[in-house]
Amino acid sequence: MAKHHVTATVNGDVVEFLCETRQSLLDVLRDELNLTGTKEGCGTGDCGACSVTIDGRLMCSCLVLGVEAEGKAIQTIEGMAAGKDLHPLQRQFLEHAALQCGICTPGILIAARSLLERNPDPTEDEVRYWLAGNLCRCTGYHKIVDAVLDAAREMRRP
Amino acid sequence: MSTRLKPEEKKLKVVGTRPLRPDGVPKVTGIARYGADYSAPGMLWGRILRSPHAHARIRSIDTSKAQALPGVKAVMTSADLPEQKFEYVGPERVAVNFWHMTRNIMAREKVFYEGHAVAAVAAISKSTAEEALRLIEVDYEVLPHVIDVEEAMRPDAPLLFEDMITRGIDPAPDRPSNISKRLEFKIGDLDAGFAAADEIVEASLKTAPVHQGYLEPQACLARFDPDGQAEVWASSQGHFVIRALTAKLLGMEMGNLRVHPAEIGGGFGGKNVPYVEPVALALSRKTGHPVKIVMSREEVFKACGPAPGSSMTVRIGVRKDGKIVAADGVFKFQAGAFPGSPVMNACMCAFAPYDIPNVRSVGYDVVCNRPKTAAYRAPGSPVSAYAVESVVDMAAARIGMDPLQFRLQNIARPGTPTVWGPKHTHEGFTETIQALMKHPGYRAPLGRNQGRGVASGYWFNNGGESSAAVHVNEDGTVVVATGSADLSGTRASLAMMAAETLGIDYDKVRPIVADTASIGYGHLAAGSRTTFATGIAVVEACKKVIDNLRARAAMIWDVSAEDVIWEDGCARPAGGSKGRFEPLSLKAIAAKRGVTGGPIVAEVSVNAGGVAPGFATELCDVEVDPETGQVKVLRFVAAQDVGRAIHPSYVEGQIQGGAAQGIGWALNEEYIYDEAGRLTNAGFLDYRVPVASDLPRIETVLVEVPNPNHPFGVKGVGEANIVPSLAAVSNAVSHAIGRRMTELPMSPPKILKALSSER
Repeated sequence: MAKHHVTATVNGDVVEFLCETRQSLLDVLRDELNLTGTKEGCGTGDCGACSVTIDGRLMCSCLVLGVEAEGKAIQTIEGMAAGKDLHPLQRQFLEHAALQCGICTPGILIAARSLLERNPDPTEDEVRYWLAGNLCRCTGYHKIVDAVLDAAREMRRP
Repeated sequence: MSTRLKPEEKKLKVVGTRPLRPDGVPKVTGIARYGADYSAPGMLWGRILRSPHAHARIRSIDTSKAQALPGVKAVMTSADLPEQKFEYVGPERVAVNFWHMTRNIMAREKVFYEGHAVAAVAAISKSTAEEALRLIEVDYEVLPHVIDVEEAMRPDAPLLFEDMITRGIDPAPDRPSNISKRLEFKIGDLDAGFAAADEIVEASLKTAPVHQGYLEPQACLARFDPDGQAEVWASSQGHFVIRALTAKLLGMEMGNLRVHPAEIGGGFGGKNVPYVEPVALALSRKTGHPVKIVMSREEVFKACGPAPGSSMTVRIGVRKDGKIVAADGVFKFQAGAFPGSPVMNACMCAFAPYDIPNVRSVGYDVVCNRPKTAAYRAPGSPVSAYAVESVVDMAAARIGMDPLQFRLQNIARPGTPTVWGPKHTHEGFTETIQALMKHPGYRAPLGRNQGRGVASGYWFNNGGESSAAVHVNEDGTVVVATGSADLSGTRASLAMMAAETLGIDYDKVRPIVADTASIGYGHLAAGSRTTFATGIAVVEACKKVIDNLRARAAMIWDVSAEDVIWEDGCARPAGGSKGRFEPLSLKAIAAKRGVTGGPIVAEVSVNAGGVAPGFATELCDVEVDPETGQVKVLRFVAAQDVGRAIHPSYVEGQIQGGAAQGIGWALNEEYIYDEAGRLTNAGFLDYRVPVASDLPRIETVLVEVPNPNHPFGVKGVGEANIVPSLAAVSNAVSHAIGRRMTELPMSPPKILKALSSER
């Protein structure tokens, strides 16, 4: 079966890859581009561990085909820090001990950044409902919610 | 909000503070490598074929078509694994039978549950491996199956093992059954106890099997070289245990297998045993290529041990003055396809919080056509606590006593006997109850359709075998290596104890998890044991390093080692030499290592005793929607005796996580089977773990009654928190609707059914 040639922008860089018709964007990121920071928790769009943004829109990369990435701009966890500087969300997650095992963390950070881009001053409830598509089994979400609220506060500062 | 009830303590600089975890940055940037993130040149993808039947005899397996598919390098079945001896080995509470284990890894004569592994392939791509699975032909003779524990215990139930004679009954039964084991613990005189009671309260309760729900599916990379040397990169709770079990299952020497600890994406007990590692390594042995296996979520649900469902009856006799005088519990646990549910833990922990003179716990370990159960956070204890704490709540109501006061009045103290023999020796139970009695939430008013529940719970905690090496680097920084997997921040707690002991800054200590060839044996990161037992090894190794540093300072100063003390990270002259020399820092001594004896290193291995149990008391407020049966948790407060919180943020996190899992267990989570014995909800859409919008803030109260047997007072914090939470939620719901709930999960249909029944 012939593979497809796809050109996309990933974390600001133009990349080319070959993929099978049925290969998900998640598998392409992990297996073809070696960007393993995006995690697979379920493969069915229920856990959010594979969250990325595609042209600025939050998506589960397990529900997107690799071929659909053609011409799109994809952001993954590997592109979140600005060089050596962690994103305020990344820093607040560390400060708040908002991760335990850390497997859900990349997806939650991507989802939380997406929230703060739309709503720089969310309420606790808004954070909880926005992140309802991202499962965390370790923390009970308490410290995650606090970290997101504190990052929002920090990012609102002029 | 979090409250800490602090003990008197000596001045500590690092322990009790909240530094950043040393492994944090790679985990927020996506760099950290978990089980599925390892690859190797020439790597093949492994996939496992699983049974579509709940119970069937395997007549034959034809792999020839799969084998012939281009890109397929090997197909394996149970024939590629050596047969194992039938015997139960190890302590009864955690006994292992390799005859069972090898059959769970790969079915032999029969498949015992839907999802049971029957064959596996290794191919050059995921899609080729997937295609090859469809070409394997298995001829099954489908057999009658049994799912429910009560049904499995009936004399006419379909038998999983035609020769299983119940252990623990004397004389042994003359007929086989699905009851693997009966066990009983007893103290006092039950009849006399119940005769002395003013009130006797009894309930029969059921719980559904639930999954640990770790977000990372089982995954590994394995390589078996032609010279017999092998390496595995595994995401597990104990790479030494993965090494031991994988080597045993493949019939190889442990010395030929090196297991590297990948970062682990959650375990909660479910990653104490291998599933994919023996298969990947067997495939690698057949092909000569590295093989990677990553399970799908469906496979995780169908084939990796959930916690058992149960059927229980508890009876408690109480005097009007509030004294519990007798208690009797029968706990029937689903072991799944092979014996070994945690029913023994359930029996031991059930009444452990209380001082009851006449007690009996009876347990049954029952096989049925479900995946073999695995450990899940305080295995066994939350289930029996759900039953006991429900009946304790009913008893308090019956005699008109405040439920916390009732518990306080009956609480076990040092000297109180346990049903399994030894007396309790540690304080800390009382304090968690008192903490909640004083908590403003306990007196807060409740609205319409709202209810409040409380419950307490006990967990053993664990000690055991751990190793730690402390290396002083040439520039005075320090590496702390242990063999304990880090599930939740233990690298931080171990580094903090090392920094505190050595008297240096936390950021000068680099903690690592070393592979099986680089450090002495370390048992599982399970049983809340890492910060306790591995912590002792770390502190002991640091003390050895300090003795070494003192000896070197003495050599430099030309004084006796007794005249050198270690204080604030420096060797200082003392005794007869006091004031004669400037202090020598660790850094200064490290710089002179070459002329004082070479590298400064200590490795210590311990089998840590002196374990103190964990105890928690929790409060839950709920609101029930009478239209939909939906339960909303409004408030959750968890008080746990943690001994001492080394890193309070991660201790709070353990408690919050345990409470959240308990809430899911109580309200939503369950394995649902169809008529054919197939799991119908093997995904996160239909098996619903709590999401952020389901939960309130989870308030923690850290009660710190230090364990005198640990250098910093640690008791272990990972598990006791989940023990009371099922019952706390159930008691709250029962009060909200004015009817006693006796079955988990309390999903909306069950609530609506209860609401339509008589009060």
